[in-house]
Amino acid sequence: MKYLKKLFALTTTLALVSALTACGGGEAAPAEEGDAASADVVYRTLDEIKESGTINIGVFSDKNPFGYVDENGEYQGYDVYFANRIGEDLGVDVNFVSTEAANRIEYLQTGKVDVILANFTVTAERAEEVDFALPYMNVALGVVSPESNVITSLDDLSSEDEIIVISGTTAETYLTENYPDIKLQKYDSYATAKNALENGNGVAWANDNTEVIAFALQNEGYEVGIPTLGSQDTIAPAVSKGNSSLLDWLNDEIVALGEEQFFHADYEATLVDTYGLDYEDSLVVEGGVTGNE
Amino acid sequence: MLDLGLDVLLKGKNLSRILGGLGVAMKISMISVLISIPLGILLGVLMAGKNPVTKAIMRVYLDIIRIMPQLVLLFLVYFGTTRAFGWDLSGETASVIVFTLWGTAEMSDLVRGAIISIPVHQYESGAALGLSKTQTYLYIIIPQTIRRLIPLSINLITRMIKTTSLILMIGVVEVLKVAQQIIEANRMASPNAAFGIYLTVFFLYFIACWPISLLAKYLERKWR
Repeated sequence: MKYLKKLFALTTTLALVSALTACGGGEAAPAEEGDAASADVVYRTLDEIKESGTINIGVFSDKNPFGYVDENGEYQGYDVYFANRIGEDLGVDVNFVSTEAANRIEYLQTGKVDVILANFTVTAERAEEVDFALPYMNVALGVVSPESNVITSLDDLSSEDEIIVISGTTAETYLTENYPDIKLQKYDSYATAKNALENGNGVAWANDNTEVIAFALQNEGYEVGIPTLGSQDTIAPAVSKGNSSLLDWLNDEIVALGEEQFFHADYEATLVDTYGLDYEDSLVVEGGVTGNE
Repeated sequence: MLDLGLDVLLKGKNLSRILGGLGVAMKISMISVLISIPLGILLGVLMAGKNPVTKAIMRVYLDIIRIMPQLVLLFLVYFGTTRAFGWDLSGETASVIVFTLWGTAEMSDLVRGAIISIPVHQYESGAALGLSKTQTYLYIIIPQTIRRLIPLSINLITRMIKTTSLILMIGVVEVLKVAQQIIEANRMASPNAAFGIYLTVFFLYFIACWPISLLAKYLERKWR
């Protein structure tokens, strides 16, 4: 018995050790490469991206009409239209990475994507973590609720009422800061938040106003009670903190695209079905110049 | 008839995409199961042994894995290793690592439980019949342990399959993510699609898990 046990223990340990060293050996190689480049620098510069022939762009894959996947498995939408143009002008292929609202910053901080083009609203807090390029769209917050109980002001909510938000969005931050008493129901993805509103889990859904306008237009029985809440913000591409070569290129690109009214064309190709032509000039930002400055 | 929006599934490549998503979920969970079951058995035997050092190390490992939500583990392995060591693991690799760590920990505890649940008189009866230690293990202890393990490990395997729905948070497009993409892409054309698509996802998970529980039932009957 003792011998058997010892023998067993020995083989087990050996197997484990060899398995561990085998794994370690495999993983050590890329680690050394990373270290050689530099310990803290996680991003790829413009030249490195061009050299590799592929740019990794983080987009939403379930946020129609900004970033979504059509029935043929192709990425589509306002952000994707711009991303494809970036790839074209850089002369590289675009590798789309499906991101969630809650992990966009993490993706840039670890260099797992080069650019985030996922309807990313510029805020002071986020600007400390990532570098934003010039804006390409305007956005404010809005609140949508069922027609049977339209919420027109956040001040007359009862203590029982809960507002639906998506984790990591500006709506969550704004409500937490300005209405700390309102109970928030947080969801990880757009699709789950939408289901929650439709199932009546919360009295209203706070999100970017583009989202709530589109939601109310497409879904019978919902109304945007509060079309603009808080300040007017902008949406911009973001790169890893300190990646100035890529940031400068993106800024030049956005200014250059403004001359050909690229984002109006983008709007007409991707957003017009959702928002109509009425919102075109108020939503689109050309050449990085916002109207309200 | 109730409109479930199931026609959305037949649009373009949607059906093959959602099946492909199930394939991704199954691939990751099955690779993890195949690694973690043998590893879990080995570690479980060690835990049932008497060496206090091994037992203490195993205890710490098991508790860390069990206390941490799988989502936290996924973020730690996917983003954390990049921050700490500069490794650029793919989402799939990170998922396999997390599911293997988790599966091994849970499996080892199941094995430990199954081994110590065999009463001591089983060993003594073996000895009284004149069986050697090896024979006692081979003919008495191990068969009983395996039989006790089957329902427990099936439970673990199906849980591992279902928990793959979390890996969409580290950018792996699996069956649930594809479902959400399909719902979103068609939210104007078929607003009712959500129910039908989620129903489809339910059936897909069911089809993935059911054969495994049938196999378990068969094995339990065979080894009764």
